[in-house]
Amino acid sequence: MEYEIVIGLEVHVQLNTLSKMFCGCSTKFGAEPNTQTCPVCLGLPGVLPVMNEEAIRLTVKTGLAFGCKVSNFCKFDRKNYYYPDLPKNYQISQYDKPLNVGGSVPIRIKGEKKAIKLTRIHLEEDAGKLVHNICGGSGVDLNRTGLPLMEIVSEPDIQSPDEAYAYLVSLKQGLKYLGVSDCNMEEGSLRCDANISIRPKGVLQLGTKTEIKNLNSFANVKKSLEYEAKRQEKALGGGERIIQETRLWDAVNNKTVSMRSKEEAHDYRYFPEPDLVPVVLDDEYFRKVAGEIPEMPDIRYERFIAEYKLSEYDAGVMTSDRDLADFFEETSKQGVDPKKVANWIMGDFLKEINTAKVGICDVKVKSPDLASLIKLIDEGTISGKIAKDVFAEMFVSGKKPETVIREKGLIQISDEKSIEGVIESVLKSNSKVVDDYKSGKKSAAGFMVGLIMKASKGKANPKLVNELLKKKLSGL
Amino acid sequence: MEICDKTIHEIKGMLAKKEILPSEIMKSALSRMEKTGKFASFIKTFPEEALKYAEEQDSAPLKGILSGIPVAIKDNMCIEGKETTCASHILRGFVAPYTATVVQRLLNEGAIVIGKTNMDEFAMGSSTETSFFGNTLNPWNKDMVPGGSSGGSATSVSLGEALGSLGSDTGGSIRQPASLCGLVGLKPTYGRVSRYGLVAFASSLDQIGPFAKDVEDAAILLKAISGYDAKDSTSVNAEVPDYPEEIKKGIKGLRIGVPGEYFLEGIDDEVGVCVRKAIKDLEHCGAEVKNISLPRTEYAVATYYIIATAEASSNLARYDGVHYGLREKAGNIIDLYKKTRSAGFGDEVKRRIILGTYVLSSGYYDAYYLKAQKVRTLIKEDFSKAFGEVDVIVTPTSPTTAWKIGEKTDDPLKMYLSDIYTISANLAGIPAVSLNCGFSAGLPVGLQLQAAHFNEAVLLRTAYAFEQMNDYHKKRAFSEK
Repeated sequence: MEYEIVIGLEVHVQLNTLSKMFCGCSTKFGAEPNTQTCPVCLGLPGVLPVMNEEAIRLTVKTGLAFGCKVSNFCKFDRKNYYYPDLPKNYQISQYDKPLNVGGSVPIRIKGEKKAIKLTRIHLEEDAGKLVHNICGGSGVDLNRTGLPLMEIVSEPDIQSPDEAYAYLVSLKQGLKYLGVSDCNMEEGSLRCDANISIRPKGVLQLGTKTEIKNLNSFANVKKSLEYEAKRQEKALGGGERIIQETRLWDAVNNKTVSMRSKEEAHDYRYFPEPDLVPVVLDDEYFRKVAGEIPEMPDIRYERFIAEYKLSEYDAGVMTSDRDLADFFEETSKQGVDPKKVANWIMGDFLKEINTAKVGICDVKVKSPDLASLIKLIDEGTISGKIAKDVFAEMFVSGKKPETVIREKGLIQISDEKSIEGVIESVLKSNSKVVDDYKSGKKSAAGFMVGLIMKASKGKANPKLVNELLKKKLSGL
Repeated sequence: MEICDKTIHEIKGMLAKKEILPSEIMKSALSRMEKTGKFASFIKTFPEEALKYAEEQDSAPLKGILSGIPVAIKDNMCIEGKETTCASHILRGFVAPYTATVVQRLLNEGAIVIGKTNMDEFAMGSSTETSFFGNTLNPWNKDMVPGGSSGGSATSVSLGEALGSLGSDTGGSIRQPASLCGLVGLKPTYGRVSRYGLVAFASSLDQIGPFAKDVEDAAILLKAISGYDAKDSTSVNAEVPDYPEEIKKGIKGLRIGVPGEYFLEGIDDEVGVCVRKAIKDLEHCGAEVKNISLPRTEYAVATYYIIATAEASSNLARYDGVHYGLREKAGNIIDLYKKTRSAGFGDEVKRRIILGTYVLSSGYYDAYYLKAQKVRTLIKEDFSKAFGEVDVIVTPTSPTTAWKIGEKTDDPLKMYLSDIYTISANLAGIPAVSLNCGFSAGLPVGLQLQAAHFNEAVLLRTAYAFEQMNDYHKKRAFSEK
């Protein structure tokens, strides 16, 4: 039997606010356990939550950017359950009135465009973290407690592990464009749970789903979904029943393992949080927040293809990051060929960034300087090869290309007389190679070009070197 | 008359004229406390510390409107460095690392905290008999209950151990013990006084308020604790009137409503007599008395016990033995929760947690919690309508005077009905005050006044006018002779 896969993703995103959702504690990652806590986020007797306006704004911004229906009434609810990392034993979340309903995330897969539908985006507080086996026991780190989390729930609208991967990439890209989260998976600011079921092709009813937790990379989301789809298919094929349960991804053995059965649904006893008054948001507020939304990556991607005539691949790389896209556009607007800009960015620029591990914003090379560099090549002032060295220096020191060229004396020699002089002297001191050439070894010519370029310290115009050498050799 | 039997406003006058020193006031209160210990108003007292602060104030200029005044705080409000127990075993050893806004406001006005008062466990009860530390006795008759849940705060003022105190009122827990102890007890409008630092029982109903010997003292205390607090989202940024000034404006032309629903069966004859006489007195002061109707009154108790227990079941979930307070030995986390909560909570608290969990559970939410919220809205509408016709609503505070210790402890329903007249104000969020309007068999009878949101001034004005015509507020429960 042929099966089709149905996937829904729940993504938790930590909003990049300076303080927590309901108190003034810092949200900075990596502090010593329990140093970023106060009576409020510790849930001590008598404390009350006070809403973080910035978290509301960022969630509204996200909703507007993904085309959700954004509510102008914001209410919180209590979700009651017992867990040692949850100081109040209830989580303040949104139940029946999430801030954002509907909307979609655009993805491109094998050249096809698709929109993955969203169920909702709501706001809630994070729980703490249990640290097991400290001195044989367990500890609780509550630094993370109360961090503002946006939960983005997709519809079961994803049809393959590849689509799930593309969805996550697109979602992350969008969130980073919006500046609402740093989406750092290692630091837990983006976490994903995946729900997956399979059903015979053509059948409308959904199959029994399993939920995969503990996914710490997009690659693992894809791998675990691939594994789980096969596992379910094999089980159904063998006449087994799928059990609704939570499974964990074992990244070492590349398989999912059962964590707990979910047959008994939790009764969270949701009810409106009485310690917080509802927030009413008006259209003026929405207009203001909408005004802060940048051009989103998928729109920019299409514009880059249309406006700069980039290939789909190049447009994809150029729009993968908002700062990178900005850098590309700024550089291209200085009267240089956008394709050459894209090539420089995809080549030396990203290579240096990856080696130096710096953010695009921190790169010392400014867009007018990259444009100048490309112009200097176009004008023949320097060779493409020298330009690579110049760029490396620009990357380190932030100097303008003209300055680097001047300081290092790198201007290309395009003067025939000078080049002829170099050719003369090279041929004179390498008579053996000349003899080889004469005896019919034509590859010796190439070797000679190398020697000439070296003697000119790379400054000789290679085109001229080739021409003049050819002339010289033919006269021998 | 001992200093501690005087009112705050009398003592303020003496302090201003330098006829008395803060340390003398404190010594009088502490000496009284030694003589009245058997009434068990307090869970913990801080005599040395309090005296030290008072002595420091002797030579300093007057700090605020409560300079040198000994006050008592119900043990469900946090004070930094002090144990806060809510009269529960489960919070034993919990030392608050911060101070409640109300307490801070009292301290800012120069008040000195002399102790944490006894209460019903987690403020659940109407008699101060559910305290883990044992019950408090009524200052007028030691065989009787002082009312609850703020029974300790009421007796401390009634006995002269403190000149004023704070209680919390979720369904009548300030007004009812004020009534049973012959004091002025005020529940302000929900949002008027910050709840930050008040250990929550039912968040949407809880409100902190003062106990005082007379109306003027209550006005002074209310002024000190009122106002917006950025730490409490439900606190309202409304102007705080100068209550001690407001009260003296008289009540000529004020419209007073008498709701028929509050004078039906269950009301004690003598209580009825006292309250009716009080209404006459108010009429003599120039008020216009009208009969009104609050038709949904009969649903108030049921509605209250659904909403209050629902919120309580969630608010009390944090007491689990993991982070602070009592922890029972157990082999795994589920047993840790079970054993700690079984050992830590008393019967009444357990009863309410179970009830609250039930009404919130998915199968019953619509039938109970949601329906109760709808009825609550109707009850609010009743009051809105009534306050279109009248300025103040007059009722008894409690259907009876203080009852015998142990009399209602085996019958929760009977106990719950003792709050029948006070509960509606919490559901509606309106301010209400109880003051003494006479005695029945030597026990005080309480008169309740209710007003529209943020209209505490009119309540206190009415109460003050009544007080000027009578001298019930001048009687003291405890005599040293």
